[in-house]
Amino acid sequence: MSEKKIIEERSLQLNRRAFLGKTALGIGGIGLASLLGTPYFNTTKNGVITSATPNAGVKGSLGGLHHPAKIKRVIYLFQSGGPSQLELFDYKPMLNKRRGEDLPESIRNGQRLTGMTSGQDKFPLVGSQFNFKQYGNNPAWISDLLPYTAKVADDICVINSMYTEAINHDPAVTFFQTGSQQPGRPSIGSWLSYGLGSENDNLPAFTVLLSRGTGRPNGQPLYTRLWGNGFLHSLHQGVQFRAAKDPVLYLNDPDGMNKATKRNMLDHLAALNDAGYEDYGDPEIKSRIAQYEMAYRMQTSVPDVISTEKEPDYIYKMYGADAKIPGTFAANCLLARRLAEKDVRFIQLYHMGWDQHENLPGAIAKQAKDVDQASAALIMDLKQRGLLEDTLVVWGGEFGRTNYSQGLLTDTNYGRDHHPRSFSMYLAGGGIKPGLYGKTDDFGYNIVENPVHVHDFQATMLHLLGIDHEKFTYKHQGRRFRLTDVEGKIVRDILS
Amino acid sequence: MRLLYYLSKTQAATAKLGVLFSIILLFVVVACQTKGPKIKDVNTGMLLEKVPDSVDFTFHVKPILSDRCFKCHGPDKNALQGSLSLHTAAGAYMALGKAKDRQALVPFKPEASELVVRIHSTDPITQMPPPESNLSLSEYEKEVLEKWIAQGGNYQEHWAFSPPTAEKVPNLNPSWGANEIDAFVYKKLLEKGLDPSEAASKEVLLRRVFLDLTGLPPSPETVKAFVSNTDPNAYDKIVDSLLSTADYAEHMASEWLAISRYADTHGYQDDFERTMWPWRDWVIHAFKENMPYNTFVTYQLAGDLLPNPTKEQILATGFNRNHKITFEGGVIPEEYRVEYVEDRANTFGTAFLGMTMECARCHDHKYDPISQKNHFELFSFFNNLDEKGLVSDRNEVPAPTMRITPEDQKGVLAFLNLQERQKMPDNNGIDKGMEIMVMQDMPIARKTFILNRGAYDQPTTEVFPNTPEKILPFPEHFPKNRLGLSQWLFAEEHPLTARVAVNRIWQRFFGQGLVASSYDFGNQGSLPTHPELLDFMALKFKDGGWDLHKIMRFIVQSDTYKQNSAVSEKALQLDPENKWLARAPRLRLSAESIRDQALAISGLLVRKIGGPSVKPYQPEGLWKETTGGGGGSTANYVPDTGASLYRKSMYTFWKRTVPPPSMLTFDASNRDLCSVKSQQTNTPLQALVLLNDPQIIEASRVLAEKATKKETKVAAQLAYIYLAATGQFTTKKVAEQLLALYHDMEQQVLEEGVLPEAYLGIGEKERSFKEKDTAFTALSLTAHTILNLDLTITRS
Repeated sequence: MSEKKIIEERSLQLNRRAFLGKTALGIGGIGLASLLGTPYFNTTKNGVITSATPNAGVKGSLGGLHHPAKIKRVIYLFQSGGPSQLELFDYKPMLNKRRGEDLPESIRNGQRLTGMTSGQDKFPLVGSQFNFKQYGNNPAWISDLLPYTAKVADDICVINSMYTEAINHDPAVTFFQTGSQQPGRPSIGSWLSYGLGSENDNLPAFTVLLSRGTGRPNGQPLYTRLWGNGFLHSLHQGVQFRAAKDPVLYLNDPDGMNKATKRNMLDHLAALNDAGYEDYGDPEIKSRIAQYEMAYRMQTSVPDVISTEKEPDYIYKMYGADAKIPGTFAANCLLARRLAEKDVRFIQLYHMGWDQHENLPGAIAKQAKDVDQASAALIMDLKQRGLLEDTLVVWGGEFGRTNYSQGLLTDTNYGRDHHPRSFSMYLAGGGIKPGLYGKTDDFGYNIVENPVHVHDFQATMLHLLGIDHEKFTYKHQGRRFRLTDVEGKIVRDILS
Repeated sequence: MRLLYYLSKTQAATAKLGVLFSIILLFVVVACQTKGPKIKDVNTGMLLEKVPDSVDFTFHVKPILSDRCFKCHGPDKNALQGSLSLHTAAGAYMALGKAKDRQALVPFKPEASELVVRIHSTDPITQMPPPESNLSLSEYEKEVLEKWIAQGGNYQEHWAFSPPTAEKVPNLNPSWGANEIDAFVYKKLLEKGLDPSEAASKEVLLRRVFLDLTGLPPSPETVKAFVSNTDPNAYDKIVDSLLSTADYAEHMASEWLAISRYADTHGYQDDFERTMWPWRDWVIHAFKENMPYNTFVTYQLAGDLLPNPTKEQILATGFNRNHKITFEGGVIPEEYRVEYVEDRANTFGTAFLGMTMECARCHDHKYDPISQKNHFELFSFFNNLDEKGLVSDRNEVPAPTMRITPEDQKGVLAFLNLQERQKMPDNNGIDKGMEIMVMQDMPIARKTFILNRGAYDQPTTEVFPNTPEKILPFPEHFPKNRLGLSQWLFAEEHPLTARVAVNRIWQRFFGQGLVASSYDFGNQGSLPTHPELLDFMALKFKDGGWDLHKIMRFIVQSDTYKQNSAVSEKALQLDPENKWLARAPRLRLSAESIRDQALAISGLLVRKIGGPSVKPYQPEGLWKETTGGGGGSTANYVPDTGASLYRKSMYTFWKRTVPPPSMLTFDASNRDLCSVKSQQTNTPLQALVLLNDPQIIEASRVLAEKATKKETKVAAQLAYIYLAATGQFTTKKVAEQLLALYHDMEQQVLEEGVLPEAYLGIGEKERSFKEKDTAFTALSLTAHTILNLDLTITRS
């Protein structure tokens, strides 16, 4: 064998070894082998490398799944700020009957309050200003604020018994997305990108789309660490798709440069880098050449996937008028479907503005209108394309809202503070049994049946993806970390 | 070894010494014995040596016990299963079961050892590790454990908890080696059957030492002068001059900012601005003065507790206040105050002890001898501030604070760059100066309790300032405050401080520490590749007065450092990760250096030291699209203009919840927590930044202008740019490639594949060339390509 040949032979192994060494990430790096421009390594479920196969796509560290998966991808419609379950899904007529009465201490039962209402001397109960009806074969109560969602009642599983420990936004959102209230851990999408890799060579496995609600346009902020890779390799960080000049940061060619010039430049760049490889034999150089090719492909694949002009009118009708306005929740839902079609693993939407401490009736009506039609349309659209059966759609926020009014309760107005002890979310898609799950007391304060913790939700999501949440670990600083930390039970009752 | 536990402290210290020698000896002996055919570990896929003839506890056994057994049979008393602990000999030899008729470990008798029975068992009830742990042992690992017991089942102290000892320096190879580093490295190379690489070329070495010491490359003129300089001391002179530059100080500070989780915002929710840059400027100042490491650290930990502290010493304590602080209305203040104290204590653990103290917050540490009590004893040193958990007014500077007035610039704070800050006039129009967060203890200490499961609202037993006894007991006569803590840290017999510091220094030059896990020197951390060298360096650093210049000079003067970085076939096969240093590593530049280099070689870099952070180009709308209703200066990113666009990256405004995107893409720490080691990744998003970030394109254009001014012929211009960016002269082949690239770009311009006016118009810097100039546009495009080269963003 010539020396060069030998070096090439070795580079396959070295690439992995060097990567492992340089990043101190252990086996974690293997999921991106194909992104590194080299064949990926087949792995057993423990992450054991068994063989290398050329040209086979991007594979995750898990290699094999722990059990057969029901879904291949997730679309998470995160409703940021804490949507009020009492106006949307958790119908509590007693609160209307006892409107204005003080929340009995026996019901509150020591629940810690946020600093925003802990100073109130009264906690006047308040019921929903909006009516509810039952929908679906396994009927769930859905409020008049969500008429389109009501139409897909037979496709969704409403959980009214979610709970969390966090009582404020930052820790609560961080908890849902990373399994820990304090920053530092990888987000769900990063975990999945790491574990499962991507089935699309030209798009990131984890994409993020943001929109701002009209109910409270200046509500709670977001933080990029919510789609951060934590201690995982930076290839697993969520890539934001933006309604901006650059749909992905730095995606567009420089002003005044066309594709042919860029291509020519890249060809020369590759040749020069190859010359460097001849000198140094460092496989990182080869992988850098491959990264530039991947970047080049993204420059085509990203604009392709986000250009929705050719979507037919009936699609725009389904998603609503907003779908034509880039950066709205509706437009993002449509993009989510297009990304799902391209097999993007984890599509994370954030819709801000659900934090109705005051003026709740007016604001929540706007928020609901922002998202109702498009959320339902997304489910219907996925269904008509046969994608719903292997996609999980998640709709929900970081906590619920109190059954008593924050601030003054008037005939037409009230607000609600954060409530961690019970709230609602819904799931739709592969492996999910539609209907209603979980129950709160007549005050809508405490869960009386089938509580579902944040970690239970995460464990269930992983389960649907074919992952055992207790076995899916990443060793960092000597400890094996899990998305579900040390908790989490699969909610088998909601599985079909 | 067991005896140690029963000896009194002083006896233990003497006994330890003896033990240490044997440990070091073992390091040596063991290394010699691990040759032979390679086998693959079925569990990890990693190549393994065959089970050694003589099994060593530290090297072979404990990594297995720690990783697979300690979780239920380790230091966490409350998690112990079947009353068996395997982290001490006493625990492992103890009689078990109701009848006390079994032992997990019977020395020399694997067949009588329950441990051996269990690890081979296939019965899920008795099998170890149990199936539900999701852990398993490979055949290799089982064999190691069995053989260890057959050879006596001896225990040794954890290597990192015994003080470094002076070892005999191996005899130098007469043909290779400049100092003791090389002697230790060469010895290992011999054992591994490797040869050192030849010395790197002068230009490669020059670029390496420039980038390593200053974060910036040498100018083409400097390279040329150095290459033709025949003075045998030329290199040493350059090293000395680099160490005295502000660039060096800034480069050192840059790493310290990541360790100190420094940022310009408070970090949670609305993420309001904070003013901590005077602390950052103190860090630069300290490095510029080559302040001894012990003083540097003591000022930061406890400057306020020194006798009659100066303002400088108090300012330095801002180190402990760089953690995130919440302004989120409605949080429970105590919950967050506890987080701040945790952050300070854990940062102390990671940065100075190389220990994961945070793992003992909710329960005893699972792997290391750090109890939950130890954790909260350390916590108590940092728990004595009159501070708020929740700050409500975004303009409030969270107490305790110090005030820096314009007057201070005339005294010990003369290094501060106060000119560009916003003036804060009081009622009489007199500038009040700035308020900065610092440390100040309350006169009556706040009580500290062990928090059940680490929860702020579940205090249990009261504890007092103390340090983990297994590392080093806290001397009675030291004050029980942060000053005492820093005295403890720099106590003569402290086993960790010098090793951890010197290892991090080593990491700067070799990409990887002698202990690869520079954040973890505990049982789950990596073992030192060169234990004697690590100890030698630790002692040299400590005994040399904690002098950073001295230790760095020593490293860069070694032949190990000066090697070529090309990989030979043999070296690749034997050492793909370059653990044994038969070559110099190739390292991708840091996020900061990649941008700074582009600015420097083009001449755009504005070399101003310190002052308020700046806002260079950033894609529009990034802050705005995530901001909430909090408003303030961090709601919307307004880029600076003029000189502030071209400052070093360490001065870029760091908003913690939306950090500068190109910096994160190149693996900069996000500043949420203390970070002592950054990843070095290689991703498509990095390619997009280098190809399309206006900062890089503008720098390419300005670099092309510079080349045009320096040289008249195209070939010479190309060679100039290439030398500026890569530090290397063009070979004939590369020169041809560059020329071909240039001509193709020229053709592209003629065919209107590039519109000069638009392309050259990128960036704020005024153009000195006509917009329709085809040749210049082609040169700019070529420079742009060169700035994307692997060689440019790598130090070879």
